[in-house]
Amino acid sequence: MKKNLALIAALAGLALAGCASKGSKNAGDAPVAVGSDSGISTTGTGTSGIDSGSAIGSGAAATAYSLANKTVYFAYDGTDIDSAGQTVVDNFGKYLTTSPSAKLRLEGHADERGSAEYNIALGERRAQSVARALKTAGASDAQLSVISYGEERPAADGHDEAAWAKNRRVELAQ
Amino acid sequence: MKKLLSLIALFCLAVSPVHAALEFTVSGGDVGAKPIAVVPFATPADINFDVAGIVEADLVRSGLFDALPRTDMLEKPTAVNQIDYRNWRTLNRENLVLGSLSRSPQGGVAVRFFLMDVYRGQQMIGFDMPAVGPEQLRVVSHQIADLIYEKLTGQKGYFNTQISYVTAAGYGLARRFQLIVADADGYNPRTIASSKEPLMSPAWSPDGKKLAYVGYERGRSAIYVHTLASGELRKFVAEKGINGAPVWSPDGSKMVVTLSFETNPDLYIIDIASGQRRRLTDHYAIDTEAAFSPDGGSLAFTSDRGGSAQVYVMPAAGGEPKRVTFQGKQNLRPRYSPDGKSLAVVNNEGGRYSIGLVDLQTGSLRVLTDGPLDESPSFAPNGGVIIYATTGSGSAELGTVTVDGRVHQRLRQPGEVREPAWGPYGR
Repeated sequence: MKKNLALIAALAGLALAGCASKGSKNAGDAPVAVGSDSGISTTGTGTSGIDSGSAIGSGAAATAYSLANKTVYFAYDGTDIDSAGQTVVDNFGKYLTTSPSAKLRLEGHADERGSAEYNIALGERRAQSVARALKTAGASDAQLSVISYGEERPAADGHDEAAWAKNRRVELAQ
Repeated sequence: MKKLLSLIALFCLAVSPVHAALEFTVSGGDVGAKPIAVVPFATPADINFDVAGIVEADLVRSGLFDALPRTDMLEKPTAVNQIDYRNWRTLNRENLVLGSLSRSPQGGVAVRFFLMDVYRGQQMIGFDMPAVGPEQLRVVSHQIADLIYEKLTGQKGYFNTQISYVTAAGYGLARRFQLIVADADGYNPRTIASSKEPLMSPAWSPDGKKLAYVGYERGRSAIYVHTLASGELRKFVAEKGINGAPVWSPDGSKMVVTLSFETNPDLYIIDIASGQRRRLTDHYAIDTEAAFSPDGGSLAFTSDRGGSAQVYVMPAAGGEPKRVTFQGKQNLRPRYSPDGKSLAVVNNEGGRYSIGLVDLQTGSLRVLTDGPLDESPSFAPNGGVIIYATTGSGSAELGTVTVDGRVHQRLRQPGEVREPAWGPYGR
């Protein structure tokens, strides 16, 4: 908990200052990029301090990634991940790879059309599709859990394609 | 202080059972509706209850009857020897209902009623209903409506039954779910469960004494069994992944559910007494939403093993599933009619989701509702009416439709009303 607080403080500082020197001060703290519910997330340009932190343990060049986008969207009745979704997956894949103790909950959802229990199954299938993609990106089974809410928890109100498109999703929850 | 406490207690009592009752509207019942008149029953001055009003409302809601307004009645007989049939023939009434309430010497209130054939000037049926406490008069009224309905239509009535449904309100973290049981006329709604997490798929036990449903606890789903009389709640299945779509076998000894813990959603049959479990389907596709045939021999279910979601039927003991729906882009969530001859399904034709009725003999599908977002069909126990979830002006509400597609009803209340399940006879 203490660690988390320190981290959030560090990230908040980063967000405020947005400068490399601040970030590099924390480079030794094994900064896990935390994108919590409060919307805190890391950003990097490839040369800032946080990136050198993210690369800890890899020995490789700094990688920039953002956990700001936590949602993968799907086509009607579909489970394929599009390029926008793949970017989300890649970012979280890096996060999970660099933070082996981090865990992710994949919440699958469907739009309201069709039947409730089929949509539960569809939501699970989508969440598993994201889980597979994350594993391809380096995450381990132990880091991932899957739950489906089907059409029960819509993100958007409304009964049109605009709302449905926002509701066919997998949310990546830390 | 004591006074204040009791006041608070009173306030709580007054508040807790308050739920918006479902509000009914009927359409499509005017053409061919039978003209009837239900005369107010003679009622002792100290009993404030309108039996005839409830009987009339039940009959009218079925869409099969057109009732004469009380203000148009030329006389208000409460016994057979008071009837002047000319007064009813003049008003083109084919049938007349009349009756009386009386204090029974053994305690309670007894209701006597008669159904008359106006043109023949004859009694069709007459009953002395067993005496009941005043709080049971609503049930007696529904029983009377059932008897009249059966006599005049040849089909068993369905007014003295219950329905369950789920209400949902709010978005995000503010979302709340409630599982409700109410009388079939929407009256007397009771909250069975409430949760911040989804409540789904209520399923009545064949004796009407229990409800199985799906709930979530700390981000995991489980199937619960709730005993209505005692309020006892049992966690029945809680595997990793999906625990969904519970249905009871017609003899009440088994349940078929959808579980995904082994690989992906498949059907499992569970012996309720022993908890012994057997996997019925093993396919990489989604298999879910099972329904028992009334004889218990077959299961209908949704599967997308053919590429799109369609309805399949297989032996309840296990065996090869056979596809039974061929009309429409998708067909989902089957429910057998009480005679076992047809399946009510959710039919998706060109993005319009309607309630369809599949004739199992011919394979033909008849669309009963207009959609566009109808789901969760459930037969009334007489097989004549289907209740389903639909979209009203903005929010989810319930609809009913007669199996001939003629009479439509809407049941609404503030917030979303979904996943209706019609209870069996007897309560």
